[in-house]
Amino acid sequence: MKFTAGLTGLFALSAVATVVTAMDALPECENCGSDDMTIASWGGAYTKSQDEAYHKPYSAMTDVSIINDDSGAKAVAKLRAMNEAGNITFDVVDVVAADAIRLCDEGLALEIDFDTMLAAAPDGTPASEDFGDLLVSDCFIPQIVYSTTFGYRTDNEAWAGAVPEDVCAVFDTENFPGQRALEKRPINNMEWALMCDGVATTDIYDVLSTDEGVQQAFDKLATIKDETIWWSAGAEPPQLLADGEVAMSSAYNGRLFAAIEEENQPIAMLWDAQVFDLDGWIIPTGMSEERTNRALHYIKFATDTQRLADQAKYISYGPARASSAPLVGQHAELGIDMAPHMPTDPDNAQNTFLYNYEWWADNSDDLDAKFQAWLAQ
Amino acid sequence: MSAHIQAPISDQNLGHIASTDQAPLTRDGKPLKTSLAKALRRDKLRAFLLILPLLGFIIVSFVMPIGDMLFRSVENKIVEQILPGTVTALASWDSTKDELPSEFVFATLADDLMLAQELKRHTRLGNRINYDQPGISSVFRKTGRRIKRFDNTAAMDALSAMNSVWETPAAWSSLRSLPDFSSTFPATAQSLRNWTRYVASEEGDDVDATSLVPHGFTYSLLYHDLSKLDSGALQTLESSAADLFAGISAQLPTMTSENFRQQFEDVDDGWIDLANWQTIQRLSPPIVDSYFLASVDAERTALGVERKPTNERIYVLLFLRTIAISLIITISCILLGYPVAYLLATLSVRTSNMLLILVLLPFWTSLLVRTSAWKVLLQQQGVINDILVWVGLIDHAGRLVMINNMTGTIIAMTHILLPFMILPLYSVMKTISPTYMRAAKSMGASDSLAFWRIYFPNTVAGIGAGSILVFILSIGYYITPELVGGTTGVFISNRIAYHISSSLNWGLASALGAVLLVMVLALYWAYDRVVGIDKVKLG
Repeated sequence: MKFTAGLTGLFALSAVATVVTAMDALPECENCGSDDMTIASWGGAYTKSQDEAYHKPYSAMTDVSIINDDSGAKAVAKLRAMNEAGNITFDVVDVVAADAIRLCDEGLALEIDFDTMLAAAPDGTPASEDFGDLLVSDCFIPQIVYSTTFGYRTDNEAWAGAVPEDVCAVFDTENFPGQRALEKRPINNMEWALMCDGVATTDIYDVLSTDEGVQQAFDKLATIKDETIWWSAGAEPPQLLADGEVAMSSAYNGRLFAAIEEENQPIAMLWDAQVFDLDGWIIPTGMSEERTNRALHYIKFATDTQRLADQAKYISYGPARASSAPLVGQHAELGIDMAPHMPTDPDNAQNTFLYNYEWWADNSDDLDAKFQAWLAQ
Repeated sequence: MSAHIQAPISDQNLGHIASTDQAPLTRDGKPLKTSLAKALRRDKLRAFLLILPLLGFIIVSFVMPIGDMLFRSVENKIVEQILPGTVTALASWDSTKDELPSEFVFATLADDLMLAQELKRHTRLGNRINYDQPGISSVFRKTGRRIKRFDNTAAMDALSAMNSVWETPAAWSSLRSLPDFSSTFPATAQSLRNWTRYVASEEGDDVDATSLVPHGFTYSLLYHDLSKLDSGALQTLESSAADLFAGISAQLPTMTSENFRQQFEDVDDGWIDLANWQTIQRLSPPIVDSYFLASVDAERTALGVERKPTNERIYVLLFLRTIAISLIITISCILLGYPVAYLLATLSVRTSNMLLILVLLPFWTSLLVRTSAWKVLLQQQGVINDILVWVGLIDHAGRLVMINNMTGTIIAMTHILLPFMILPLYSVMKTISPTYMRAAKSMGASDSLAFWRIYFPNTVAGIGAGSILVFILSIGYYITPELVGGTTGVFISNRIAYHISSSLNWGLASALGAVLLVMVLALYWAYDRVVGIDKVKLG
């Protein structure tokens, strides 16, 4: 009896092994109708990196043609409209985690069983453990970790050689004079303001939950309000820095990487208190079974360990799987090592701040109104 | 008419005379009026058929979507749909007293939420209420995760102990068939409807919900419904439905139900927050004014409609700013466009055609490109500032701030909208004969007098048309203010776009849009009263 059980165990093991090797050859997609699929994403360099790392190999293996839709931030609203009209044209949508949570709440995104629907790591670690804490919603399959951090010009004469070392340099107009640029929304800015007003990192959301805390953050931001340009599109801060319009700006790390490494601008990055955020996939609800199966089949391929590591060759965002990190290699065109440019690199991640999704899901409407009112004053 | 029909048929002559007295006849003997009306009707019908495709297109692609969007500004069925039992139970709760809703309300909430989380709709409701009551969305999210683990069997056990028939589906079938079931046990009836949907979602349509015993929440609500009956009604039940309720009068006071309130409180303190309950009650009706109140910086509190605290007021300011900036842009367009149009209208055809192309050229360039070009020109390290510094008009530290503020919006939008002013002005000026001015001058008028008394009044129609075009276009502009407006140059449309695409608060977006639409119509009406819309001429 024991022996049989052992044998069955062995058999099960080898079955697992076959499944793992079969992943490389990509299993047939069962009951999948469509020959093409539309993937909504952010466009530009980001979609290009997905195209190279995921879409092209997938199309080559399955003969499914992939149409990129560069809806960007509008994808969420479009998806909701499509759902109401009962005609979903996106098969897979790339969204930030906060939007994924909202779409999941609204029932617009499919709930994912991470361990059965996603590939395990090469060593057999189930997907849910491989992604770990980054699984912030039941519908969201993380793809990359990006961060919002600060970039500054390295040729500021007025700084007299001083180099900003922590995030509070942003509020220090005495030692680091010059214009700043910050994103035109409360998220991140409120946290940085409190952090530099002496609030302990662990207390930030407790403080922000009170009216006094919100006022405290606004008061801190008010100290640089006159010197601040508020940006709303991710492409703006690198441009503002490159033109010398501002001396310092918050920006997405991938955009800064492109400005520094690809365009050789005199800009450096201040990784201190970078705020991690996630970007990843959701699958819309309300599609036919064939299309849903196709989308799941694609997702299983596109979020496996090797594919996530491959994307990092094209853009400096960290893969969301722990098992992908060791596989990150060199930039496909520049030939430089990508690891030191990842927000998750130990040198860069000495002081990071985690964005509290649940808190912002509750409070972003309210705080955004207050923030806009404050800006307009 | 009836007299005409009653006229003797044999007496044809008399009939003929009678009808000629009334109306002339056509050759085939029908009255001319009818015949003509018929012919005209045919023409009208043909004309109508011709425009039918256009009409259909406009209704389907314009009127219906806009109507639908506008309706969203008041529509609020979601609360009633997702919490049907709670909404009914909460109707009798007095929100002005400093007291939480009764245990009965909590029991209906538990029952409604059990179904809602099965259908995954509780979070959608949480998001909706969160617009009015920040913080409540996580309360719903958390409760949805825990509701399946709520204790709910106390009432079930008590009823089963009284009569073991309550352990069988048969008890529920006979309860349903009681003559006054829905009116005597309203909450139970609602809970059974929830239960049917729950079973359909959990087991599929082929399982009959009546073949199963409902979950404990339904028993709890039956207990609450029974507790609300007076002793007379209970005794009637005991005799009329003895198989179910024998001994209920004696047993009921000893029965208990779960303390759902405590369980909700254990999940999240939000459930014992009066303000949350007041909001749920306020949002219970299918039509609410909360979006419209929010769109004018007001809110309904326990004390009635009040303005929001100063640090949250934003929309009224933005509406006023949108109108003010749009007016400035319109005036700038008149000042800049008038001389250009005059030049175009008075130069020789060849030169004016060349100039016209120059006017139209930016029209053919992408809006984004033009806006970005203004960024390059206007920014502090931009072309204009560089030239001014180079010339020596300003020093390096004194570079002008011309973008990311109201100035930026006005400059960029004036440029973008200028052709809309020049073209109507040009086409009106083209029709003014040069002889008018010559005639005025020949009668001794000076240049300026001839211009102001003769030429200018003739162009007012063009100014009117151009102003309406520019003003109405600019009031709804959003991409340019977003890119160059900074904080002081953004419009209400930027907030509408934000609520449509980022916060997904479509109700508020529609309310803001409706207010904007009403404002534009009001201004149009005022313009019609003051200037007269028939004076507007596009050519």
